[in-house]
Amino acid sequence: MSEPTDQSLIRNFSIVAHIDHGKSTLADRLISYCGGLSDREMSEQVLDNMDIEKERGITIKAQTVRLEYPAKDGKTYILNLMDTPGHVDFAYEVSRSLSACEGSILVVDASQGVEAQTLANVYQAIEHDHEIVTVLNKIDLPAAEPDRVKQQIEDVIGLDTSDAVECSAKSGIGIPDVLEAIALRLPPPSQQDPDAPLKAMLVDAWYDTYMGVVVLFRVIEGTIKKGMRIRTMNTGASYTVDKVGTFLPKPTDVKSIGPGEIGFFTGSIKEVADAAVGDTITEDKRPTPVALDGFKPAQPVVFCGIFPVDAADFEDLRAAMGRLRLNDASFSYEMETSAALGFGFRCGFLGLLHLEIIQERLEREFDLDLITTAPSVVYTLAMRDGTEIQLHNPADMPDVMQIDHIQEPWIKATIMTPDDHLGGILKLCQDRRGVQTTLNYINGRAMVEYELPLNEVVFDFYDRLKSVSKGYASFDYQAIGLKEGDLVKMSILVNGDPVDALSMLVHRGNAESRGRQMCERLKDLIPRHLFKIPIQAAIGGKVIARETIAAMRKDVTAKCYGGDASRKRKLLDKQKKGKKKMRQFGRVEIPQEAFIAALKMDDS
Amino acid sequence: MSSQIIPNRIMEGASAPLAIYIHWPYCARICPYCDFNVYKRKEDTALLPAILRDLEHWRELTGSRTITSIHFGGGTPSLMSPVQVGAIIDKVADLWTFYAPEIALEANPHEMSAADWRGYRDAGLTRMSLGIQTFHDPALKFLGRDHDGTTAQSALDLALDIFPSVSADIIFGWAGQTPRMLADDLRRALDAGTQHISTYQLTIEDGTAFAKAEGRGQARAVNTDLSADLYDLVRDTLIDAGFEHYEVSNFAKPSHRSRHNLAYWQGLDYVGVGPGAHGRVTQNNKRTATIAHLTPGAYARAVTETGAGIDSREVLSASDWASEYLLMGLRIDEGISLRRYHEILGEDLNEIELNALVEDGLLTRADDNLKATSHGRLLLNAVTERLLLA
Repeated sequence: MSEPTDQSLIRNFSIVAHIDHGKSTLADRLISYCGGLSDREMSEQVLDNMDIEKERGITIKAQTVRLEYPAKDGKTYILNLMDTPGHVDFAYEVSRSLSACEGSILVVDASQGVEAQTLANVYQAIEHDHEIVTVLNKIDLPAAEPDRVKQQIEDVIGLDTSDAVECSAKSGIGIPDVLEAIALRLPPPSQQDPDAPLKAMLVDAWYDTYMGVVVLFRVIEGTIKKGMRIRTMNTGASYTVDKVGTFLPKPTDVKSIGPGEIGFFTGSIKEVADAAVGDTITEDKRPTPVALDGFKPAQPVVFCGIFPVDAADFEDLRAAMGRLRLNDASFSYEMETSAALGFGFRCGFLGLLHLEIIQERLEREFDLDLITTAPSVVYTLAMRDGTEIQLHNPADMPDVMQIDHIQEPWIKATIMTPDDHLGGILKLCQDRRGVQTTLNYINGRAMVEYELPLNEVVFDFYDRLKSVSKGYASFDYQAIGLKEGDLVKMSILVNGDPVDALSMLVHRGNAESRGRQMCERLKDLIPRHLFKIPIQAAIGGKVIARETIAAMRKDVTAKCYGGDASRKRKLLDKQKKGKKKMRQFGRVEIPQEAFIAALKMDDS
Repeated sequence: MSSQIIPNRIMEGASAPLAIYIHWPYCARICPYCDFNVYKRKEDTALLPAILRDLEHWRELTGSRTITSIHFGGGTPSLMSPVQVGAIIDKVADLWTFYAPEIALEANPHEMSAADWRGYRDAGLTRMSLGIQTFHDPALKFLGRDHDGTTAQSALDLALDIFPSVSADIIFGWAGQTPRMLADDLRRALDAGTQHISTYQLTIEDGTAFAKAEGRGQARAVNTDLSADLYDLVRDTLIDAGFEHYEVSNFAKPSHRSRHNLAYWQGLDYVGVGPGAHGRVTQNNKRTATIAHLTPGAYARAVTETGAGIDSREVLSASDWASEYLLMGLRIDEGISLRRYHEILGEDLNEIELNALVEDGLLTRADDNLKATSHGRLLLNAVTERLLLA
């Protein structure tokens, strides 16, 4: 690519869709149609290359591929497909990816229709002034109802569907039509000067075993070249570009990349944290005068403690977290000590899915057994002395007398459901302190919007939603800021001692029922001891729920004679091994499983 | 050295006490709850000579000692003839020094024979332990026993007539048992004049027919809360009747305690002869645990070929020895010597745990002596676990 690309032939686009509506399959089809990979090289769903991404059908890191499409008008277009993370946890990353494109393909399953995620994602694309090509996928399924779904798209989203493209990514039907629509209906990037000072947006960065940190960028103006000394304007770091290239989808080196184009570079960047998403890349000696706006450093919103089941694994856990952090700057961790769980880490995540992904990767890729404490959001404590404290861990809550009020993050949740499950969903949202803002019916489906405190959502909301709707409801959310809440710290006391790992901030109105649940659960999970054990839930000094584990009455071997002495001793050795799995709490031994089960507490 | 610590209990040397256990592994039939080393009865002419020769080997191991008890257990040792029993007693008397030993044998009521039992008495037996289990006929059937209540009653009367000391085994906690049924069993044993009663809670051991039944969801034993009630009932009844609760499951009229079993609980030495028998010998401040070859065939063969029936021999580590001393010693009302414990292990019990258990009323401590309270004895597994795993 020594000749600069004709900017009028560039089309930068992303694909927005609800999970399982066929986004990745369509992307694969587009790549193979344009000859990016031979069939032999085409592993299924090229773009989602992490195991977990494949399994969950989600995209975590932005990926890109550059396609050359010879259109029917005789011109060859450059199509830069940007595959964006589809989940709200990565909303900021999504917004950066979208701002690197001029258009989007909206993929909707022709039988399932519009879902909550479809809405959230398409609205984002519209906010970025994207031109949108509507694609109905899975058109060949017997249950497909393209006309109904088109009507729904018009009613719910307000998009004109008269020129919607019908296709089946799986069977390869309609793929040329999709490509033709991209080339002819999506706009090119605005014409910019390739000789202007470099201004490019850092779209994403990841760690590659062979190449080191790889930075994905979109050039706004100017040109990025191999050997150029560049600088990131927000973090202020500078690097020499070792390699510039594009993904075809295999990384392929080029000499330079000019305005409107998407590509990658590598330099001697140590870790991904040094390459912040949304930052502006410019030339070190000839910088652009104004950085791009919209840059935000990654801000974790959900926190939890992660502890090794076996204390001996602590160093391994630390190393594993370091490795993950190399590739995921939005994940943060710092050491935490819990009386109940020993040494571990307090970790911050972009959201619940992000938390689950990290936890799963730690367990799977690093083979660690972990205990994860109940997720908590970040509370803003306005203190009486006028200062503000960001509280990540309920155990760190200061004396209530010093607190003026507590603010908690709220979200706007969008839920779409067949209307027969609506009752259960409304009750769930109501129970979680939700405030209904919208309720619409469109052809037998309901769309409901609620404002909800995030701390009610991180507490198994999604599992409950799936169960009350038998899996039919779809859900998405966006942060809407802080609101003051009547929140209290609930402690759990076992035999009079507070168990730090079990304390949580709850709304005063829910405290009693939450406390009772926790006490009842623990009563079944902690084995009988030689003495009776009170289990209490308390707010400050006030006990709000109590259960008692009765003392063990009889535990003795009936017969013990000459031949039994060895047997008793061996039993003791066995108990010794079992004891490793217990956590000593004052005089009470709590089995590891009890913590895991109590923290996984559901509402049922 | 140890004699200075416990003046009236000499642990080593010629005058140190020694108990002899003889295992006779054959039974007429196998009980559904039994997990002992037992075999269906058959003609076996090799076993007695093997036992006699094995005793000679044990004499070499222990040196000259004072015999305080001989115990014939099984299996069903009452399947042995008085001549066989006498041959063993005579052999022991030849090899070591007798000091008014208790000589006891376990017997089943349905195999009672006035002639044989009198023969045992003449051979030197001083005590009989009878497997009564219960006098309740349906329960005996359920437990797979060969006798009925009437037989149990006459066997008990006969034994009391012949032997100076008689012990009755009573099982409780079988599914369907009411406190009243248990009280009735105890009453009948007491009325007969029994001097010693061992009450065993029915426990379901892996690999037994009862374990399989429970696995199929058929209850064979009562739950632990009810068994604790039944245990309290046994204790109250027998203490009222003038018995001493001297071990978790054993009650005796004064001077009728089982000296042989006390040797196990006190951590004294015992010879284990016969298939699968366990032994303990302390020499030069080392305690060795032995196990004889398990099957009668292997045992007899080993004795023929090597002169000894021992299959495995393990010098106990200090911590294993100390654990055994504590696990066994806290079962009896006299408890253990803390100095002796220290002497074995080289360190003391965990003081914090010890004090906590005393505070909870599970243990009592007076100078050198540590013992379980009657409440603590009922929770002994948990108590010893806390003490030893702290």
